[in-house]
Amino acid sequence: MNFLAELLISIFLVISGIFGFVGSYGLIKLKDSLQRLHAPTKATTLGVGGVLIASMIYFYAKTGHVSVHELLISMFLFLTAPITANFIAKAYIARNMRAQDLPSSHGAFGWSVYDDPPAGSPDTRDI
Amino acid sequence: MFRRLVPHPILSLVLVFVWIGLVNKFTLGNLILGTVIGLSIPMITAAYWPNRPKIQRPFKIAEYVLVVLWDIIVANVQVAMIILFKREPNIRSQWIPVPIELKSAEAITVLAGTITMTPGTVSAMLSADCNSILVHCLHTDDPDAVRDEIKSRYERRLLEIFP
Repeated sequence: MNFLAELLISIFLVISGIFGFVGSYGLIKLKDSLQRLHAPTKATTLGVGGVLIASMIYFYAKTGHVSVHELLISMFLFLTAPITANFIAKAYIARNMRAQDLPSSHGAFGWSVYDDPPAGSPDTRDI
Repeated sequence: MFRRLVPHPILSLVLVFVWIGLVNKFTLGNLILGTVIGLSIPMITAAYWPNRPKIQRPFKIAEYVLVVLWDIIVANVQVAMIILFKREPNIRSQWIPVPIELKSAEAITVLAGTITMTPGTVSAMLSADCNSILVHCLHTDDPDAVRDEIKSRYERRLLEIFP
C-alpha cells in the first residue's frame, strides 16, 4: 500500500474518531433527553461516514476492487437513523410533555400525539 | 400489463442494485439473480402498497443529495463547536413549528429524515393533518431563520421532485 493511501485512510479515521468522541461527550454534557438526541445523529453521519470512506480506500488500495458494502451501510443508516430519532422524540413528548408546552401548529389541527387526524384521511381508514 | 408485472419499477431497480452491492461482485449470474429478486418481491408485495409515488424530475434528486451531504458536513462542525465550546446554560434549545406545503407521504418522510440527519435539528412530530412539522433545534437564537432555511433549502427542492 502506498503512502498516499495510508495518509488518506489515517486522516479519515482520525476525523471520524473526533466526531465520534464529540458525539459521546455530548451525551454526558447535554442536560435533557431531547438535547442528547442530537448527539447520536452526529455520530452516525460524519463519525460512521469517515470510517466507511477509510474502509473503501483501504480495500481499493489492498485488492484493487471498489467495495460497495460501505455505500449500502451508509444508505441503511440514512434510512433507519431518522426513524429511531423520531420514535425517541415522540415517546419523550408523549410521556413528559403537555400540549401547552409545545408551540402551536398554526393550523386547524394540533400535533399528532394529542390530536386525532381529520376524518377521511388515510390514517383513519380501516385496513 | 406492464403495471401488473412491474408494479414498482423504482423499487425493482433499487433491489437489483442492493443485491449486486451485497454480493459485492458484478457478474452476469448475480445480475440475473438480482433481477429475479427485483421483479418478484414487488410483485408478491404489490397488494400491500397499491399506490406508486410520483417523481417528476429524477435528476433533481442528485442535486438534492449533494446539497444535503454538504449541509451534513457543515452542520456537523457547527454542532461539534456548540458541544465542545458552549457552556451548558448558554445552549438554548427551541421548538420550531415549520409549516409544510408537501402533500405526498413520501415527500414528507424524506423532508423529516433530512431534518433529522442534518445535525442540530431533529424532526419530532407532524401535526394531525400533516400541514406542519415540529422541529427541535439544539441551539439557535433565531428560530425564524432556521424555519426559512428548511423551507427554502430542502422543501423547495422536494416540491420540484415530488409534484
